[in-house]
Amino acid sequence: MPSKWTIRQAAVVGAAVAAVLGAAACAPQETAAPTPTGTDACAKENLPTKTPGRLTIATDDPSFPPWVLDNDPESKQGFEAAVAYAVAEQLGFTDAEVTWVRVPFNAAIQPGPKDFDFDINQFSITEERREAVDFSSPYYDVRQVVVTVEGSPIAGATSLADLANAKLGVQVGTTSYQAIVDVIKPTVDPAVLNTNEDVVQQLSNGTIDGAVFDLPTAFYITAVELENGVIVGQVPQPEGGTPEQFGLLLDKDSPLTGCVSRAVDALRANGTLADLEAEWLADVAGAPELS
Amino acid sequence: MAYRRRQTIRSVITAAISTLCVGLLLGFTIVNAPGWDRVQARFFDAEVAWRYLPAILKGLWLNVRLLVFCAIGALALGLAIALVRTLRPSVFFPLRVLATSYTYVFRGAPLIIVLYLFVFGVPGLRLQGTPSVLVLGGIALVITYSAYLAEVFRAGIESVHPSQRAAARSLGLTYRQTMRYVVLPQAVRRVAPPILNDLVALQKDVGLISLAGPVDAIRAAQIGTAETFDYTPYVVAGVLFVLLAIPLVAVTDAVTVRAARRQSAEGAW
Repeated sequence: MPSKWTIRQAAVVGAAVAAVLGAAACAPQETAAPTPTGTDACAKENLPTKTPGRLTIATDDPSFPPWVLDNDPESKQGFEAAVAYAVAEQLGFTDAEVTWVRVPFNAAIQPGPKDFDFDINQFSITEERREAVDFSSPYYDVRQVVVTVEGSPIAGATSLADLANAKLGVQVGTTSYQAIVDVIKPTVDPAVLNTNEDVVQQLSNGTIDGAVFDLPTAFYITAVELENGVIVGQVPQPEGGTPEQFGLLLDKDSPLTGCVSRAVDALRANGTLADLEAEWLADVAGAPELS
Repeated sequence: MAYRRRQTIRSVITAAISTLCVGLLLGFTIVNAPGWDRVQARFFDAEVAWRYLPAILKGLWLNVRLLVFCAIGALALGLAIALVRTLRPSVFFPLRVLATSYTYVFRGAPLIIVLYLFVFGVPGLRLQGTPSVLVLGGIALVITYSAYLAEVFRAGIESVHPSQRAAARSLGLTYRQTMRYVVLPQAVRRVAPPILNDLVALQKDVGLISLAGPVDAIRAAQIGTAETFDYTPYVVAGVLFVLLAIPLVAVTDAVTVRAARRQSAEGAW
């Protein structure tokens, strides 16, 4: 059985190589990870960015509102453009020291070399993706949004009380369903449907008064799929339960991950992220908070 | 006679022992399977079953109501179509063509697509007085099932020997009276088992209406499964469906046995 031997030998060699590579890969991470005492590890001059002294940030082309307005991240207009510049500032880079590159969503989440320091493009943090790439701390907790069509009885609703008698549609097995039964609690049973397309169809048929989607889907649906679609507002985050979260994407084992995460944490702690969310998602994009 | 009784007792005992052996073997194999603990936790979790039972029962009540209304509707429509298909005079040819194409189209069309057209398509027309999606879904079920039932009824009607008709007409009965008093009673009795069979199938298919939004037993179970990552709610719904089917199936069996006995008796005399 010569072939069997070859496989076994290959396995032994492979394991040895992996061990050596693993040890090598660990080494830079240890030096780069921010230590509680060494405050300089995350100082701008110590950051091993792609281009020294500059921060290269990626997003998709085209990128859409409300994340980036007019497909022009340099303008700092839009939630993700603003967050990207806030993170850059937190790391010590001026606006002029930020370079934008365009990377398709699916290319970014593949393993392999990256030509950016971090990518901001509504990447949900999942364990599967962590196998291939690094994520920073989350900069956004995905919210649930009520959507309707012009002329619907709930089109002008401003509070959850206004939705009490609404027939709401939702896709089965989603966080949006939980938002209806746990937070909105309407008196009418919701229409529980198989797919978001079915929800959109019923909304345009008028067989339901409104629907609940997560925020990115809600923006997409009102912009693309649903004629006369309007966003009513954001549902308050339910108690407990982990929502879907967006993180900045970095190369696997990037030396920057620790410092970028620290910058995001600082922005969350000082309220910058909440302010940007209110500014770009609630005010400019028109998804006010339902009280 | 005594010999016969002894034989019966012996065969009953043999059947009982063999059933017990097969049952024990099956149970032993499943419980000792390497993944049994995991399967038990995922499919037979008593706590999860108890938690979602009220929601599933509430959904099942919707299934039952739908079943009653759709069964009545489908039986009536099916019988009407069968009568039209068996009309003899040539003046009714267009009607016959219509009825025939109806059974062809709606037996061929997948129920789920008919449902989609009715619950998502019809309201889109935005006509005044469009009924709720629940009623529209019920109509879709009636339309599809009446096509099957029509063919069963037709088979029954055509199985009645022409001499019966001829005899009835020669006694001066009108076409209507012949159908009402001579043909249909025999026809319906003959096809009762397959009709009940279709109703059992309908009982399971009414749940498909959940694609329009109403929460039936299976949908309630799906919601529970999505919340707990546990398939127990589906098992609960499955058991409830079986319990619901038992009376119908029992009636079907009883009717079949009675029909068989009657027919063999007819043959003997």
